[in-house]
Amino acid sequence: MNAIKPAKGLLALSQQDELMDLPGTYPLSASEDEGDSDGERKHQKLLEAIGSLNGKNRWKLPERSEASLKVSEFNVSSEGSGEKLALSDLLGPVKASSPLAAVRKQLSRIKSKKTLELPLNKGEVEQIHREAAFSKTSQTLSKWDSVVQKNREAEQLVFPIQKEPSSSFAPMEHMFRDWKARTPLEQEVFNLLHKNKQPVTDPLLTPVEKASLKAMSLEEAKIRRAELQRARALQSYYEARARRMKKTKSKKYHKIVKKGKAKQALRDFVELTKVDPAAALEELEKIEKARMMERMSLKHQNSGKWAKSKAIMAKYDLEARQAMQEQLAKNKELTQRLQVASESEEEGGAEEEEALVPDTVNEVQVNADGPNPWMLRSFSRDTKEDEVQEDSEQLPEPATHEFAESEENEKPVAEEDVLLKEFEERRYLRKQSELKQDAEPVGGQETKASTSQEVLSELRALSKKLKKENHLSKEQKESSAKNVPLVQEEEPAPEEEEPLLLQRPKKVQTVEELEALGEEDCLPNKELPRPTVEGEQMRKNPQSQPKGKSKKEQMISLQQLLTTRTPSSTSLAVPTTVEALDDEVERDQKQMIKEAFAGDDVIKEFLKEKREAIQASKPKDMDLTLPGWGEWGGMDLKPSAKKRRRFLIKAPEGPPRKDKNLPHVIISEQRNIHAAAHQVRVLPYPFTHHQQFERTVQTPMGSTWNTQRAFQKLTAPKIVTKPGHIIKPIKAEDVGYQSSPRSDLSVMQSNPRQHSKHPKQLKKNSRD
Amino acid sequence: METAPKSVRGVPPGKNKPQAKRKKPRRYWEEESAPPAAGASPGPPGKKARTREPRPQRSRSVHLARAARSSKKPQIARNASDRKKPRRTLSGAQDPFPGSAPAPVEVARKFCRIDKSGKLPHPKPKTRSKLEKAEAQEEEASVRAARAELLLPEDPGFLEGEDGEDTAKILQTDIVEAVDIASAAKHFDLNLRQFGPYRLNYSRTGRHLALGGRRGHVAALDWVTKKLMCEINVMEAVRDIHFLHSEALLAVAQNRWLYIYDNQGIELHCIRRCDRVTRLEFLPFHFLLATASETGFLTYLDVSVGKIVTALNARAGRLGVMTQNPYNAVIHLGHSNGTVSLWSPGVKEPLAKILCHRGGVRAVAVESTGTYMATSGLDHQLKIFDLRGTFQPLSARTLPQGAGHLAFSQRGLLVAGMGDVVNIWTGQGKASPPSLEQPYLTHRLSGHVHGLQFCPFEDVLGVGHSGGITSMLVPGAAEPNFDGLENNPYRSRKQRQEWEVKALLEKVPAELICLDPRALAKVDVITLEQQKKERIERLGYDPDAKAAFQPKAKQKGRSSTASLVKRKKKVMDQEHRDKVRQSLEQQQQQQQELAKPARARPSALDRFVR
Repeated sequence: MNAIKPAKGLLALSQQDELMDLPGTYPLSASEDEGDSDGERKHQKLLEAIGSLNGKNRWKLPERSEASLKVSEFNVSSEGSGEKLALSDLLGPVKASSPLAAVRKQLSRIKSKKTLELPLNKGEVEQIHREAAFSKTSQTLSKWDSVVQKNREAEQLVFPIQKEPSSSFAPMEHMFRDWKARTPLEQEVFNLLHKNKQPVTDPLLTPVEKASLKAMSLEEAKIRRAELQRARALQSYYEARARRMKKTKSKKYHKIVKKGKAKQALRDFVELTKVDPAAALEELEKIEKARMMERMSLKHQNSGKWAKSKAIMAKYDLEARQAMQEQLAKNKELTQRLQVASESEEEGGAEEEEALVPDTVNEVQVNADGPNPWMLRSFSRDTKEDEVQEDSEQLPEPATHEFAESEENEKPVAEEDVLLKEFEERRYLRKQSELKQDAEPVGGQETKASTSQEVLSELRALSKKLKKENHLSKEQKESSAKNVPLVQEEEPAPEEEEPLLLQRPKKVQTVEELEALGEEDCLPNKELPRPTVEGEQMRKNPQSQPKGKSKKEQMISLQQLLTTRTPSSTSLAVPTTVEALDDEVERDQKQMIKEAFAGDDVIKEFLKEKREAIQASKPKDMDLTLPGWGEWGGMDLKPSAKKRRRFLIKAPEGPPRKDKNLPHVIISEQRNIHAAAHQVRVLPYPFTHHQQFERTVQTPMGSTWNTQRAFQKLTAPKIVTKPGHIIKPIKAEDVGYQSSPRSDLSVMQSNPRQHSKHPKQLKKNSRD
Repeated sequence: METAPKSVRGVPPGKNKPQAKRKKPRRYWEEESAPPAAGASPGPPGKKARTREPRPQRSRSVHLARAARSSKKPQIARNASDRKKPRRTLSGAQDPFPGSAPAPVEVARKFCRIDKSGKLPHPKPKTRSKLEKAEAQEEEASVRAARAELLLPEDPGFLEGEDGEDTAKILQTDIVEAVDIASAAKHFDLNLRQFGPYRLNYSRTGRHLALGGRRGHVAALDWVTKKLMCEINVMEAVRDIHFLHSEALLAVAQNRWLYIYDNQGIELHCIRRCDRVTRLEFLPFHFLLATASETGFLTYLDVSVGKIVTALNARAGRLGVMTQNPYNAVIHLGHSNGTVSLWSPGVKEPLAKILCHRGGVRAVAVESTGTYMATSGLDHQLKIFDLRGTFQPLSARTLPQGAGHLAFSQRGLLVAGMGDVVNIWTGQGKASPPSLEQPYLTHRLSGHVHGLQFCPFEDVLGVGHSGGITSMLVPGAAEPNFDGLENNPYRSRKQRQEWEVKALLEKVPAELICLDPRALAKVDVITLEQQKKERIERLGYDPDAKAAFQPKAKQKGRSSTASLVKRKKKVMDQEHRDKVRQSLEQQQQQQQELAKPARARPSALDRFVR
């Protein structure tokens, strides 16, 4: 600063001097002559003045010659030094080393720095600190997550926690420390070992090996590597994302670019028409093509999603309306025929007609015709199924006929045998066909077809049977109400049923038939020889009776269920008593009488009972009709059917009965409440479905069902504590972590003051 | 319900006989040097070699069990100490059989009880870990049980004919000649013509026999040693006789009321609420005495507290046929209208009613695993029903005279008493119903059969008839290995008392009797759903329901109404697609199921497939 001041002073002085001089320069030029010494100088001045008269630099000021009190700041000139004066020179230090550098730095810093923001208010600052502290703490604690998880899932926890021994087994030499080589052989061996510098006693490992063991463990290295990998991956993700973000531009940007392009194109075209009309014509064609495309695509008609939304908004929003209009205008502009091309008016009319057609129509059509994969698939499947069914209906007919014929030819006594044989035959056939397939791939299809036929026929027979069962059960209800025999309808049925009737029982159709059958069926029983002297007679089979009525008999399965398909009783080696005691004979007679009268109505009664049980277990409908409400009421007047129908609340259909398909069984649907009281009725926590929970409790735990060891293991307590030991809180070392003082929770807890100070420090920093 | 084999646990060393106290406890090395018991010697060489002893001698089996126990204990101790010690030996020798002993998979499967047939809804990770743990436990327990099966030393007896020979033609005298003396002593006849046809009952251990004659003769004896415990005449008609939970108590259904005697023959109780009882059954795990009366009532009497649990009216007239299902403790009653009804004390109506015969039912018997039920009726038929849900008749045959009495043995042999003849049928394999074509054994008695029972843990069939009692040998009838803690035939008085206390502590409540005894391991779904419904009503919304999809707000115009709708629709479509896919799969499954019965059809023939 001191250096600058004198310079400025100087300047001021010289300028003042010049100002003083100026008025007297020209008019007083002659009077100023003072001496010879000044003569030359004066001459030069004169010359200059003359020179300056004709040019620009008329006002060239004289050089300061002597110090004066008044210095003008406007008349500073650099003429004397011969080079221009720069501001930096003025500011710069006079000497090479100057303290100005620091000032300049400050100056630049002030220039670059904006004004300081206001410090955040206290609450926000605290919030930020809390967030930071929370994230840091949670990160520290997350280290324990796996440990907690493991402990929760562990079958048994033993406290106090024992450190796992570093190596599961100690070297042999630890165990035999006192042992010394005594026998000569041992001594010799040890001598040999010593000579070769092998470790003999305690340090089983050579020093090198130990060092290698002490190096970073594999797990640590793995963890470190994984961390690095993760960081790298995260970085790359972030970079990629940033790149992507950088590329994306706003809508407005795109709009402007588009407009600019369009204008540019127009300008180019105009120029082109001037320069090269032929090329312009080509360009024109191109534009025409674009127009055609546009017409085809209907892009700018009000059909798009954007346009539709705008159309909705147009009522209320001026901007939207404008946008729509713009679009329409654009559409017109694009679809307008160029003057050159416009030739026929009819087409235009057609266009208009087209335009009249609402766009939505097209869209709807598209939607309707659009290939919905689901619908398509279902359609195709239906058709396929139909075909298959037709096929199956056509194909297996002969097979079933065969069955029926063969059945009829055979005696029903050996029904089981027949079935067995059939089955074996079929199996054999199947095997053969498979073999054939293996052998000759060309003829494979036929065999396949044949096997599939068989399978199909079986299937079909079964399905028919099922259908019929349902059908019959329905009919049975009806018929039981009306007592109308339905024999004609059912007559064609039994032929087909025969082969498959072995086990599947069926309901009786009508009561009359049932009774009739009962009588019929009783006959064999009556004919059945009573226990008499000859055992041979008894071996007669009740089913080898005259079989005129066999068809009906087989149709009704309950009956069949109760009659036996008895194996031939020749096997009974020892015959019954030849001579019986008197009272035995009496008893036999009693039994005979019982037999004679029993059994006729057993089935009927049972069916009745079952029907009643079904009725009783059915949920009851609720009738809410109030007689006399809204109509006449009285002694013999019943509420109208319409009203009753209206106020009848139908009970929901319950689940199907367990004995639905078991005609000879009544299973009670009543719930055993007393037993249910012992059952679990609330699902425990992690389970969402009762099946899951049931699986975990199905294994019995008691010693009755398990061996002693398994029982002990199954009932082991979840937590075991050793009496008389202090259970300390878990430490990082206990679970195999390397404890670092920073990350350990225990450390954080031990000095909470430090932790609380933390925000203050942060505050300080922010103020700085 | 199979229980883990436990023959080992039962016999604490030294308690069995007073001799053992004085003697040094035997060790396994001593056992080896000791000569085996004399029982193993086959019959005379000149005789037909077709029979084997029906059961090896008892005493020997006990020795084996003890030996196994004593040799096991130190093993375990050694194992525990082994773990801490290093594995390698100084010599460098290695264990030729490293690891634990292999367990037979087939056997282990028998002990697996988790039903994996049903489909499980996809579990969350937490649940999955629990499921996995349960499965691991099951596997470990089953493997251990399978390994312990090695400790069941005895094999069941059998009887084989020489080629082409019918075993039914082998007489009891032949068998008795072929077997060893101890076994032969188990065949005997008690000639008691004076007091009419006899009913009989073996105690649960199979050691004691109670017999009651129609004309008032009541006796209890240790039938193995033939030592009489008591013998009285009640001076009244005796309809049935049954041991209670132990051989110390004896229930007798007399003409008027039910009486309870102790093993001295002293009358302890007269229960007048059970009158005109015709049949008695005792449910050992529930301590219930079930009585069927002429008046048509089925009464359950809790003998541990002396109270009547329930009296159910069967509404089917006189009840003369009763048996219990040992699997689920359900009582089966046979009625004169050809039905068999199944009863539990908790339910007032029969659990199920099966129409079995055209005439009245004369006898019912249920197999020990609860799989099969045999019935015989007035229509001279003998039928075997499947009790696993379907109640279908599996096989049937007409007998010349009809069977008046039926009984199953522990290993599934079926005996039928017809007049003065008993026929025994056996099944082809294990857990298969007895095939009624060819009898396994037949025997003729001196009188008409009035009571039948197989002796537990002995290959012996006891038959009560008008001429007394006959004990006949039936090789392969009984379970060869007994559970020493449950039914120990050799238990002392002290042991019996201890067992009694334990059994009383483990008593099963009567209301738990139902058709499926594993129902306790199931969740009460009805109550669960009802509670859920109530909760929803209370809260006004379903807390467990999945929230509707709400699209996230996005920036840069992507959160416009249109795009929101689009995103919503996308999710909806996805869900819909999933639903459709599921339903399609279900349809396919149904179709397959429909198609299956054609294949599953030969279920009747399955018994021939081996």
